[in-house]
Order: sequence, then structure tokens, then C-alpha cells
Amino acid sequence: MSAAVSTSPAVGPPLWLLLELTYRCPLQCVFCYNPIEFAKVENELTTEEWLRVLREARALGSVQLGLSGGEPLMREDVEAITDEAHRLGYYTNLITSGVGLSRERLSELQRAGLDHIQLSFQDSTRELNDFLSHTRTFELKRRCAEWIKEHGYQMVVNCVIHRLNIDHLDTIIDMAVRMGADYLELANTQYYSWAHLNREHLLPSREQLQRAEQTMLAWRERMKGKMKIFFVVPDYYQQRPKRCVNGWGTTLATIAPDGVALPCHTARMLPGMSFPSVRGSSMREIWFESEAFNRFRGYGWMKEPCASCEEREKDLGGCRCQAYLLAHDAAAADPVCSKSPHHGAVLAAVERAQETRVPEAPLIFRRRENSLTHS
Amino acid sequence: MTGVDRPSIRPGIRLQWEAVQNAYVLLYPEGMVKLNTSAAEILRRCNGMRSIDEIVEDLESAFKRDGLQTEIENFLQLARAQGWLSAAES
Repeated sequence: MSAAVSTSPAVGPPLWLLLELTYRCPLQCVFCYNPIEFAKVENELTTEEWLRVLREARALGSVQLGLSGGEPLMREDVEAITDEAHRLGYYTNLITSGVGLSRERLSELQRAGLDHIQLSFQDSTRELNDFLSHTRTFELKRRCAEWIKEHGYQMVVNCVIHRLNIDHLDTIIDMAVRMGADYLELANTQYYSWAHLNREHLLPSREQLQRAEQTMLAWRERMKGKMKIFFVVPDYYQQRPKRCVNGWGTTLATIAPDGVALPCHTARMLPGMSFPSVRGSSMREIWFESEAFNRFRGYGWMKEPCASCEEREKDLGGCRCQAYLLAHDAAAADPVCSKSPHHGAVLAAVERAQETRVPEAPLIFRRRENSLTHS
Repeated sequence: MTGVDRPSIRPGIRLQWEAVQNAYVLLYPEGMVKLNTSAAEILRRCNGMRSIDEIVEDLESAFKRDGLQTEIENFLQLARAQGWLSAAES
């Protein structure tokens, strides 16, 4: 079969709609995946504009809805947005740090039809949680967990894992158990945006990762039938890339606070792309017709080694942002892949992570002045 | 699970018809399963009111077929293992 002949699979519906309601966030997490230049993004969509996005996407078949940010609760219309989403038949997931939540607000969201809440933590200790997020939020998060339980929701706790907290995994899991979590997502940091800036501080060593996996497996066995534990390994320790959000333009549409539509939440960093806005186009035009959403669909865009690779249908060449960050070409193979000519960039970062040393450059917190300096 | 149990879909999980997918789906936190026709027909009847025996009877009469008991029980067992049904036996 000639690599030049490529058939694009039919475009399905954007089943997952992720609304990043705002980039505002009281936390300053060093691994945040929001764009580094977030502070330059102004003109958040109005309530009425968000409601229009909801209606248009629902008509296309969107059904899983993520309300995220930034911290979505910084907006006062999360209740109104949830209410309309529920009426339209979405399954609504609120993805929050808990800052901005109160017992009353949670009751209001539940009345509006909120289906699910995912609460994030940074660490099991107050000191590191508050240090990593640069806020005093630990006690608030614990209270949020109680309210979520009290309202009868399943409790999904997310903790981003990296070099600075991975050795606390045992107590992180223990805390989730004591909070009554039904699901615990231990997501190793992936290196985009702020996490990429801070990579030298955050990428764990192989030994740390192996120890963490052992700890996690022991807890998984112990909590069988009571709590599900998901553990996402950092891409850098893999030999093969993962699909980008199940495939570029196949499942997910992210809408940024200013209405820019993205096939994945970090795609905004890709140079030379012109992403459509919901202010100028309908969701139908964006999903089916826009150049940006079609750019990396199917296989036609692939270069070697992807174009003739027997695994190309499995991973679709991996992540476009990782290709851009590590190979300086968004259409290259994801350098996580050992077949990539740029795989050395990943190996070098992994090698450095085995050293016991404190990086010279300071940690860069996700805050306004850093956003302006580093973009 | 026995024939007198009255299964119901677990709170937080929703069964819903999706016209665009031309299928029933189960929606749960951050995920979704598209159901085939028989799975959907069984789950639609799991409302906490009907016993498994009644569900079997109902489906056999709706589809004019006998001997569905085993198939239905196997599916419900799988559904329970997936966490789609309430844990409490009624």
C-alpha cells in the first residue's frame, strides 16, 4: 500500500465538550496546563455566548460536558450554565480546585442538575499542597470533600503527581481513602505549558516512579471494590506515544475563555495555526469545516516515521504539542516514540531526572506577572 | 443476585437516548458507554421497581422470545461488576 494514499475516517460527533470558562484562578500551580500567555487573554465569553455554544454543540451530539478553567467557580454563572446544560441533556462534570465552593453553592449547583464533581488536590500535606499551589487551600479542600459526600455525589479526587510529591504517594492515597473517595486519579504531570517551563523540577526519577507504582498497586489490591485508582504514567517514560485526546478532531472540542475553539486544551501553543472562535463561527462550521480541526485528522498529514508505521492507527502519531515542544514541528512524530529521530530529547530529560540535584532556575508559579514575562 | 432482586441504575449514572449516535448510552463521571440494543432494553427496565423475574418476563413478551433468563442474568452480573447498578440488593 502506498503511504500517499490515505483515507480519512468519517468525522464523528464532538462527544466531549470542554468549556474552559475562565483562565482566572486563585491557585498558581507550577504544573498548570493553561497557556503560559493566559494573562493576555481577555474578553471572556458572556453567559449568553456560553449558552449558545452549549446549544450548538448539543445539536452536533456533544453529551459529556466538562466545566473547567482556570477555576470555573470564579465565574458567577456556573449555575446558569449548568442549568441550561442539564436541560439540554448533557452530563455535566465540574472540574474544580474547590476554591469558590461553599455548601450553599454546591446545593444550588445540584438543584441546577450538576451530575459530577472532580476535586483536585496538590498533596497530602498542608505544607506542600499550599506551597505547590501558592495558596492556603488545604483545609478548604478537605471541607469541600465533606460537602461533596454530604450531597450524595460520587467522589472523584484528582492529584497531579510529580517529583516533589511522588514520594508522598502512600499518604496521598491514604488521604483519599479517609475522605471517602470513590475514584482517585493519580495523574503524573505531562510536560506542556507551565509544567514544561518547570520540567527540571517536576520530572520524577525512574526509581521514584517505580516505587510509586508499587505503592499504588498495593493500595489498588487493598481497595478492590471500594475505590478505583487510576495511575497515569508520564509520557517521557514510555516508548510509544498516546493518542492526542483520542485523536485530533475525533472526540473533544475545547472552548477557551475567549471563545477560541481548540481540538485539545493545549493546542493553542502551536504556531502557524489559526483556531476559529465561537464568536465568528458556529460549532458546526468549527467542527466539520475549519482548517484547524481538519489539520491533523486522519493520516494524510503524517511524515515519516509515522506515515508508513504499522502502529499509526493505534496512536495517530501521538501528541501534536509534544511534537512541537520537543521536535519543533507539530507534524512530526511525537518524540516520546522511540522511532522518532527526536527521541533523544526525551531521553536527555529523563537522564537529567536521574540526578540528585536541585535545578538552578527557580520554580515558576502560574501567575499574572510570570505569564506576561514568559510569553 | 436472585430473581427477586430489583436492580436499579446507580445514582450518578444516567441512561439516555442519543439521537446523533442512534443509540442508548450510559453516562457516568467523565465517561460514556454506547449500548447495543439488548443491553439498552435490559437497563431501561432496571428502575428499582421490577424484579429480575419481571424484567425477564417483560422482555420475553416484548420480543416474543423464550429462554432469555440466562442471557439477562449474565448481563446484569456484568453490569453490576462494571458498577452500573446500585450495590444494595433489594
